[in-house]
Amino acid sequence: MADRVLLAHGSGGKLSHDLVAKSLVAVLGNTILDRLDDSAVLEASGRLAFTTDSYTVSPIFFPGGDIGKLSVCGTVNDLAMSGAAPLYLSLSLIIEEGLPLAELETIVASIHQAASEAGVQIVTGDTKVVNQGSADKLFINTSGIGIIPEGLDIAGANARPGDKVIISGTIGDHGIAIMSQREGIEFKVPIVSDCAPLNKLVAEIVSPNVHCLRDPTRGGLAATLNELAGQSRVGIRIDEVSLPVEEAVRAACELLGFDPLYIANEGKLVAMVAPDEAEGILTKMRQNKYGTGAAAIGEVVSDHPGRVIMKTRLGSSRIVDMPVGELLPRIC
Amino acid sequence: MKFIDDYRDPKLGQRLIDRIQHLSTTPVRFMEFCGGHTVAIFRHGIRQLLPRTIEMLSGPGCPVCVTANQDLDKAIALARQPGVIIASFGDMLRVPGSHSSLQQAKAEGGDVRVVYSTQDALAIARENPDKALVFIGIGFETTAPTIAASIIQAEAEGINNYYVLSFHKLCPPVMKAILDLGEVSLSGIICPGHVSAIIGSHPYDFIPQDYGIACAVAGFEPLDILLSIDMLINQIETEQYRVEIAYRRGVRPEGNHQALKLMDSVFETGDANWRGIGIVPASGLKLSQKYQRFDAESNFAIDPGPAREPAGCICGSILRGISTPADCRLFKNSCTPEDPVGPCMVSSEGACATYYHYGDTGGG
Ligand code: SF4
Repeated sequence: MADRVLLAHGSGGKLSHDLVAKSLVAVLGNTILDRLDDSAVLEASGRLAFTTDSYTVSPIFFPGGDIGKLSVCGTVNDLAMSGAAPLYLSLSLIIEEGLPLAELETIVASIHQAASEAGVQIVTGDTKVVNQGSADKLFINTSGIGIIPEGLDIAGANARPGDKVIISGTIGDHGIAIMSQREGIEFKVPIVSDCAPLNKLVAEIVSPNVHCLRDPTRGGLAATLNELAGQSRVGIRIDEVSLPVEEAVRAACELLGFDPLYIANEGKLVAMVAPDEAEGILTKMRQNKYGTGAAAIGEVVSDHPGRVIMKTRLGSSRIVDMPVGELLPRIC
Repeated sequence: MKFIDDYRDPKLGQRLIDRIQHLSTTPVRFMEFCGGHTVAIFRHGIRQLLPRTIEMLSGPGCPVCVTANQDLDKAIALARQPGVIIASFGDMLRVPGSHSSLQQAKAEGGDVRVVYSTQDALAIARENPDKALVFIGIGFETTAPTIAASIIQAEAEGINNYYVLSFHKLCPPVMKAILDLGEVSLSGIICPGHVSAIIGSHPYDFIPQDYGIACAVAGFEPLDILLSIDMLINQIETEQYRVEIAYRRGVRPEGNHQALKLMDSVFETGDANWRGIGIVPASGLKLSQKYQRFDAESNFAIDPGPAREPAGCICGSILRGISTPADCRLFKNSCTPEDPVGPCMVSSEGACATYYHYGDTGGG
């Protein structure tokens, strides 16, 4: 086998077959995938959650993960945010010709590892190879199916005045890890992406007292809180002092002129929960390895519906607006 | 990295605010020169915490905003030339020029790429030896040393298709220009942080000496800014004007010798065209004779035609400190960050974008 992915690997012929068999099925296989039929046949009953997402990230390897891990965790987390227990994923790869096979194998291994950790199976998939320049190394799409346990009603429109706002840990790690890698900036303490599957953490805290769950990915915590405030037609107040931010992330933000509120996360969740249950939920979260840094950061109010207001460290207050456009480092 | 938190300590902040409240007796007007300071002041709600005696104005320190349309039009015209790849910092793409934007030129087939650093631009030049790579050099003394380094590197590596369209600008001359215009009376200036890390604090000495105006160099953390305001008030109340540094961890009075040397070896000062202010003598950096072969303006025929400003946009007066975004009738109406009319709404360091995002509460 060549040591790079060739266009012929996507032609449907022998090379394609080999690639799928050796590099993918051999690693990711399970009783459903191994059949290699045109569609996976699944057993499931109850309320289903179904989601899809495409992953493009540059660089494809970053401190704390790679595009493979990201594509599993992202979809698992989207399912978990509706309270669902994720079961099955699809996996589509669009590979730019010339990608070293060793890199592909590393990524497939990390897909396998992330799926095993989350307890989901990859049950169907597809591979395409495109001309050089038509993709940036590797694009991945995953779709996922999960089952929502009885009695749960978790949705973006369900936040109520009085609810406490909880974040499962420090913010901004993923985005800054990617940016420092891309810009070649090195910090004394390396900043590592928080990319992680959150379904087990969610399973430990869900109950009818959990009203909203969302993972603050692109656009960061600011975008997520604004979305939830809009969908639930409530106001949200947060307190800057209580926001967990790693020191290295804060230093990087100072250097680049960023606000950690707007930086992407890939292993954090925001929960809006009934006030009386907040302490109990925080305690449970902190026992999970992905929730050790969980903190209550604010509350839902009936004032200023659709708006997020933050009390700053200095005691003043300011609007936390929806982000617009791409985050760019300051040049001044 | 521990120091960062000290610079955000709420208790220290409160003490500074109390002191400023206590010290400030006469009405004063301060300009924060740098757009990054405007953002920090709004982000931390600092205006709300200041006594009524202190008025804060945003200055011209936003590199994207001060790039004149004549210059931007040159970049757009170059983007339309066959065989040219334009590399630019991202914000520039969305700024509307006289008739088009870099983004528009890109959509029409121009090869315009967003880069995060000059290293990215050099890499593109290496990968495309049959094309000319033109880097749009905007920014102040902060970015100029890295651009200078890229030119020296290109020369050393024998990269012959790398060009810089240099719109670099210098801060002290434009401060002088604004003071000489005399349109706005200022009691103090918060001098830029990152620029001063390069040039030091001495280049501002003429401001207290010749104009009797207080000066303090500030960083971008809330306490840096409060400390600089405290210094300004102190100078005014004691009538002892000088340039103080409220950003000791970043700035030395003599600046960064190495960076200055780098700049000097590649650039020489020349006139620069500032949006809203016009041509200011010796306020820009052009490539020196020795590096002419890297200079886009002298190696390409560029004729963008006459420039014009977007109708209704008052960015020019905002950059001179005589208007605020709220004075613009397009602000929040037809001009928003999603659909900007002028550069001050495009750039994340622009006054209009900052007023828009942090709106009513941030402004106090
Ligand atoms: S609000 Fe828009 S149109 Fe008005 S000055 Fe600012 S950028 Fe120009």
